[in-house]
Amino acid sequence: MVLMKITFPLQRRVRLAQGLWLLSWLSVLSGGFLFCLGVYLKTELIRRAEIMDYTDIHVVPNILMMVGLASIGTNWFASRVCQDSLDATRFPRWKPFLLGWFAMAVVLCSLLLAAMVLCFALQGHLEETIKVGLRNGIRFYRDTDVPGRCFQKETIDRLQMELRCCGNNNYRDWFEVQWISNRYLDFTSKEVKDRVRSNVDGRYLLDGVPFSCCNPASPRPCLHTQLLDRNAHYNFELQTEELNLYNRGCRQALVEYYMGLMNRIGPGVLSVIFMQASVFVSLRYLQTATEGAMALENPEDDSEGYLLEKSIPETIEDCKSQVLTLLKLGPVDPGDAEAPAEDKGAADAATSG
Amino acid sequence: MALMKVKFDLKKRVKLAQTVWFMYWFSVMAGVLLLTMGLFFKIELRKRSELMDNNESHFLPNLLIGVGLIASGMNAFGGKICYDSLDPSKFVKWKPMLKPFLISCVGFNGLLLLTAMLCFLMRIPLQFTLAEGLKNGMKYYKDTDTPGRCYMKRTLDTMQMEFRCCGNDNYRDWFVIQWVSNRYLDFSAKEVKDRIGSNVDGQYLMDGVPFSCCNPASPRPCIQLQMTNNSAHYSYDHYTEELNVWKRGCREALLSYYGGMMNTIGALVMLVTLVQVAVTVGLQYVNTSLSTLANPEDPESESEGWILEKTVKETFTDIMDKMKAMGKGNQVEEGGEAPVATVS
Repeated sequence: MVLMKITFPLQRRVRLAQGLWLLSWLSVLSGGFLFCLGVYLKTELIRRAEIMDYTDIHVVPNILMMVGLASIGTNWFASRVCQDSLDATRFPRWKPFLLGWFAMAVVLCSLLLAAMVLCFALQGHLEETIKVGLRNGIRFYRDTDVPGRCFQKETIDRLQMELRCCGNNNYRDWFEVQWISNRYLDFTSKEVKDRVRSNVDGRYLLDGVPFSCCNPASPRPCLHTQLLDRNAHYNFELQTEELNLYNRGCRQALVEYYMGLMNRIGPGVLSVIFMQASVFVSLRYLQTATEGAMALENPEDDSEGYLLEKSIPETIEDCKSQVLTLLKLGPVDPGDAEAPAEDKGAADAATSG
Repeated sequence: MALMKVKFDLKKRVKLAQTVWFMYWFSVMAGVLLLTMGLFFKIELRKRSELMDNNESHFLPNLLIGVGLIASGMNAFGGKICYDSLDPSKFVKWKPMLKPFLISCVGFNGLLLLTAMLCFLMRIPLQFTLAEGLKNGMKYYKDTDTPGRCYMKRTLDTMQMEFRCCGNDNYRDWFVIQWVSNRYLDFSAKEVKDRIGSNVDGQYLMDGVPFSCCNPASPRPCIQLQMTNNSAHYSYDHYTEELNVWKRGCREALLSYYGGMMNTIGALVMLVTLVQVAVTVGLQYVNTSLSTLANPEDPESESEGWILEKTVKETFTDIMDKMKAMGKGNQVEEGGEAPVATVS
């Protein structure tokens, strides 16, 4: 019993071929679109590569780019097939490649599904790598004279201004780190000596944050030094001042940014999968209908198109027996001549059954 | 003697019509591009209209939008004419409209050229608008409690960070105005009283700049207060510090931004003008080649096409004569019936 049989008169076959041609060109465009999405995501990740320690998350845009390119090729192939499908002399040369094409389409769709799953599965990993990267960035903020770390200050400043965030979890992270280089500290002054002596590691800690934490929406000119000192600024209460500095931590800001990006890419990828699946189904119908028509006496008669020649359980049985006979034939070949003949008979019986 | 005469047979005419049709679709897209550029420019001006005192002239973007719409419409119409020109029966109904349409195309091309030149010239009034607007903007920086001006601080801060600039001409512009609101000044403190007493207007002036002037590329945490006092900061000399705050003034930054945008738009309008001229010439060839068939009944006969029926000088004198005749005709009409008879 055939799976999802549809009768195809000549007119319908022609319509199917034309529709499929248009659909496959649309899929070529969507493959290109997928490639561009992958490139966009990769550039966004590379832009912040300095604060990300591991690069495992790069597998998602890599998959998108690869699948995008591959789907451009496969869908162009599909469009050539359906261009030739209406011509009985040119269609047979595509026949041997079609099984490979179907396998390729299945592989591409499953890769895309895997990419979507990875998007969500790697979120925890992403957060961890951002946390470590930011911690290092804040620690090395002052090392503007150390080669290899001299750009950390600029990176962190730009990050905080762009994403409107401050510190790792919040602005207090800056109170625990020395973010002013020793080059700019006057070690003869009393204030500096007091601060350095007040902690075990001899660091110059202060209750201030860099200027990049300042929020432009504050009605008051930014206060970013002596934040915990009530008397230092007129009419200023740190607990109630909400607009003075950014309240959000940069780790949360970055994770939200990347998750938002992936959520926006999600529907695009889903629609590409859907389009690829419809090209797959249409091409299968076109293949079976055209082959049926070529086998008829009058090629312009009605023919039947189907997805699978037998029902799903029977097809699985067929495949299993084919694989088993292949395996049986393998080890027996070097043996005596009788055994191959016996197995060949068994294989014939299996395929005909 | 005709200007740039070309002989046409049926095949050549068909090819010409197809090429001109294709070029018309291309120029429809060019018209849409003009429209988009006009919209983009308008939005960019609106975004920063606060900094220009809401005084900026929207004449140029409105002109671009109008010209873009007209171009798309005219080119679509021209494309339809070309499409129908291959079928003699359909072409007949367009024939009477072609001459006025071509003249209006020529007029429109002149308008496009004028728009392109305006794009390059409007930089100058923009410069003055920007200078005025920025000066006032800085004055209202502290007025975050005055309705209508409460967003000036945020606008200025975000602009200075985005364009990497400070003040109007340079950072010293902030030293001559009070940018800290009185709400946040402790008038009982000696320091505040000294500063206010030190100038005629009673303003709290200081040698500091807002945080948005800070340059993240500086190796040192930003010094934005007491900038001219070298002893206030360790190992600091404000004459040699180059990376501390942005050196560029915001007027120059904004002007180069808008100027660059207008130059690009002007160049694109020039290109669109060239495309328009090409399609006008193409349509004129289509028109003349179909009107001069050797044998009007036989569509496959040969014909000639040209840009102008006579040379440029002769056409010009013709037009002048026609205008004079029209003028004389109008004058005489008012006179009475008998003079009209003599003129005709």
